[in-house]
Amino acid sequence: MTQSDSVDIRKPAAAPPGKDAGKDAGKEAGPIEPVSRTRAVVRRFRSNRSAVIGALLLLAIIVVTAAAPLIAPYGPAQVDISDRLSGPTAEHWLGTDTLGRDTLTRLMHGGRVSLAAAALAVVIATGIGLPLGLISGYFGGVVDWLLDRAADILMAFPAIILTIAIIAMVGPGLTTAMVSLGIVYAPRMYRVVRGSTLEVRREVYIEASTSIGTPHLTILRKRVLPNIMPAALVQLSFLLASALLAEVTVSLLGLGALPPTASWGSMLGQAFLEMRTNPSLAVYPGIAIAIATLCFNLIGDGLRDAFGRETRKAS
Amino acid sequence: MTFTKFTGAAPPAAEDGPLVDARGVSVVFRKRRTLAPARQVRAVNDVTFQIAEGETFGLVGESGSGKSTTGRALLRLVPTAGGTITVAGRDVTALRGGSLRRARRSMQMVFQDPYSSLDPSSTVAGSIAEPLLVHEKMSAKAARARVDELIEMVGLRASYADRYPHEFSGGQRQRLAIARAIALNPRFIVCDEAVSALDVSTQNQVINLLERLRAEFRLTYLFIAHDLAVVRHISHRVGVMYLGRIVETGPAERVYSAPAHPYTRALLSAIPDPRRKTERIVLEGDLPDPANPPVGCPFQTRCRFVMEVCRQRMPEHTAVDGGGEVACHLQTSGPALSGASLNELDVNSRP
Amino acid sequence: MTAEGKTLLEIEDLHVDFLTDRGWTNVVNGVSFDVGEGEIVGLVGESGSGKSVTSLSVLRLLPSGYARTPAGHVRYRGRDLVGMPPKELRDIRGNEISMIFQEPMTSLNPAFTIGDQIAEGYRRHKGGTRRAAFARAAEMLDLVGIPDAGSRVRDYPHEFSGGMRQRAMIAMALACEPKLLIADEPATALDVTVQAQIVALLARLRDETGCGILFITHDLGLVAELADRVVVMYAGEVVETAPALDLYDAPKHPYTAGLLNAMPQLGVRGRELPTIPGRPPEPWRMPEGCRFGPRCGHAGEECAAVPALRTVEPGRSSRCCRIEQLHLAGSP
Repeated sequence: MTQSDSVDIRKPAAAPPGKDAGKDAGKEAGPIEPVSRTRAVVRRFRSNRSAVIGALLLLAIIVVTAAAPLIAPYGPAQVDISDRLSGPTAEHWLGTDTLGRDTLTRLMHGGRVSLAAAALAVVIATGIGLPLGLISGYFGGVVDWLLDRAADILMAFPAIILTIAIIAMVGPGLTTAMVSLGIVYAPRMYRVVRGSTLEVRREVYIEASTSIGTPHLTILRKRVLPNIMPAALVQLSFLLASALLAEVTVSLLGLGALPPTASWGSMLGQAFLEMRTNPSLAVYPGIAIAIATLCFNLIGDGLRDAFGRETRKAS
Repeated sequence: MTFTKFTGAAPPAAEDGPLVDARGVSVVFRKRRTLAPARQVRAVNDVTFQIAEGETFGLVGESGSGKSTTGRALLRLVPTAGGTITVAGRDVTALRGGSLRRARRSMQMVFQDPYSSLDPSSTVAGSIAEPLLVHEKMSAKAARARVDELIEMVGLRASYADRYPHEFSGGQRQRLAIARAIALNPRFIVCDEAVSALDVSTQNQVINLLERLRAEFRLTYLFIAHDLAVVRHISHRVGVMYLGRIVETGPAERVYSAPAHPYTRALLSAIPDPRRKTERIVLEGDLPDPANPPVGCPFQTRCRFVMEVCRQRMPEHTAVDGGGEVACHLQTSGPALSGASLNELDVNSRP
Repeated sequence: MTAEGKTLLEIEDLHVDFLTDRGWTNVVNGVSFDVGEGEIVGLVGESGSGKSVTSLSVLRLLPSGYARTPAGHVRYRGRDLVGMPPKELRDIRGNEISMIFQEPMTSLNPAFTIGDQIAEGYRRHKGGTRRAAFARAAEMLDLVGIPDAGSRVRDYPHEFSGGMRQRAMIAMALACEPKLLIADEPATALDVTVQAQIVALLARLRDETGCGILFITHDLGLVAELADRVVVMYAGEVVETAPALDLYDAPKHPYTAGLLNAMPQLGVRGRELPTIPGRPPEPWRMPEGCRFGPRCGHAGEECAAVPALRTVEPGRSSRCCRIEQLHLAGSP
């Protein structure tokens, strides 16, 4: 009963580790749970049916839209005046629009533009919000106070109004619209990252790094950043969903994608003009937007649940 | 490197003064409040003690006594509001920025909660290699070899290096935290409740490990704990803290067998003992509000020997027979023990 | 089982499974013991031994989707709580059986005064006016030794210290005069001095109100001082039951002996501290035969068979199949 694992300590430390199985005999048995953390998160995500459906569907959408120039039956701007506003036919599965352009083709090309636009806005929001949130949450003090007030002010306006205001200053166009939206979304990413950093900042392992003498930037990069990533990723997928909807709004108002470029938003905008005569035109882009948004939200929920259960297990 | 069997002999005599010298150290926390003046708490108040090289100094007290803050102040993890701290001949209170960061390599800490002191998103190799990469500028390969060596040194298998902290039990995590603390061959380690969160049998494994490392690498420990039995086992000398002040110091044997401060005696009697012969002294009430400590002796509100003088002024530190010091008016007033232990007083009678 | 008085709580062959990443995993395996009226029973074990799970399953407080009780009975005064309809169970919970948890801060609602929270539980079970319930709350706070209880009853939890919060929790648990109090590590997070106060308080309450107490802890010293009888758990099973002092003087299971031996003593410094080698097995990787076998210094060939808990002396039982050949030392 009283024997201990003292033997191990007395071994010359220089011995090559892990070579001799016999010398490990006195050591403690394997770790409690040989399941890597990332793998556990992935497995929990995969066991969440709606999240998996969302992810697969989104993957399909991305593949189809990315490959649009190769697989689309027509050109996106290919006009056929003789075959305007046709319903679904063998040549045009989803019919044509007022200029006789193939709706399926435009949906595929439009998805490319819409998804890329949403991604651009979120990349910009993250590029601004993530580093500022890290700095604000980690260092605190005056910088934190100023940044936090700035975020308060930006978030006091509805996102879309603010975006339109910025577009009004810079001029319309999908790229400028999405850059504006990125700036408007930056406080949302900032808030989440700052809050998460504030929590991580109080963890003992951060104090441990300080006591080692690790420089602040290294602590931020190697200790804080990996631990706020779950929160940032979840926020990222929700922001993508909102950015996709925002693209619709600005394009609908004619401030986003300019003709003849197809985007889901601009398609919906044009269909909106024909609402009285051809209500069916709005159906397909509407469905595409709804499905893609749902995908992002399902993935966000799935990620949140998968990460959320990472918290300490009950004894 | 040969292993020297730890014998429990007296600590090696200090040649050039103590390794750690804390003089009059104070730490003040300010808590800003809206619509009210800031609350000021002297968490550590005029604390003085020395630790010789190779010695273990135990610091005991209730939560809120300032023992953890004292440990953090020695390592400059909280700012000091007064006093000087010398570690290995260098005044660490004067260090700033880069020079402070470089000085940290010789003084390390083992934290209480093994579940949060290792970064959950990093492999244990990543955590243990951190000091090596920061201070030694080692190559990744060299650092990895050293990490494997360290993990073996604390009694685990090197093959565990690529696993994540959540895969380990509390005791194993604490061993890994110790591996990180000794990575740079520090001279001084603060163990802040390093075994409190562990089960009894695991606790002893970790204490034995700390003792072996101390003997092997001539480490100096400040061992902070609320468990008096554990402190007794590992410490050469002991300091008892109450409300931010050290009320008694002395060789562990003397403090435990002949406590000179009523608080020390109450703490000792609170240790569970099914075959208790003496009646347990149950301290009434709680710690006074540290933001608003009583005038005079901090222990007066709970002391069964309280005298008039205790409510008027702070007792001086006086020498105790058998070594150490105590801050108690009983030494000079009332029964005037003048160095004798409290055992000289009949417990059940008031002076 | 109990020498005097009637059986209050009887746990029989209790099994509990948890849903983990590896599917359903057994964590409590056939636990049986009982608590008599006015008796203090200590349930001891290291973390992961299943002691808390056992205590939580008495009042069916385990999360239903993640835990299940495939077999076993928990009888309170002869009524089986395992299959009881939720409505009936609610009448027993907090009324006849009360529970105290380890974390006094998280168990109290920060938005309500201490008095409101004690009064609320009292009114739910006993009815009466708000005023009467509030008076009862003040009375209970006074009983658990909160000074100036009449005015502190209007304080919020954050105005109480850790020790006072734990006492408030005890006051809340006692307001309905329960017959059985389940205390899950009630003193673990507290200082030794406060721990001493809480233990003294529980002993006094038993003497004054005559309630039975199931006291869950990992601290053998604490349990031996407070409890009449001790149940030791290891790896989801009961390995030994005995009157507290007998257990302390002459353990009848190598695991208990190891725990006693490893208890921090006010001994000589420098000696290497005794330990139990290795650590408890994971629930999904239980050893064949005796679950303590791989860590036991006394293990023999017969330990490869699954040992049963059996009576070794009147009032004492052990799961060690070699106990007759062993002479285990008690606490030094």
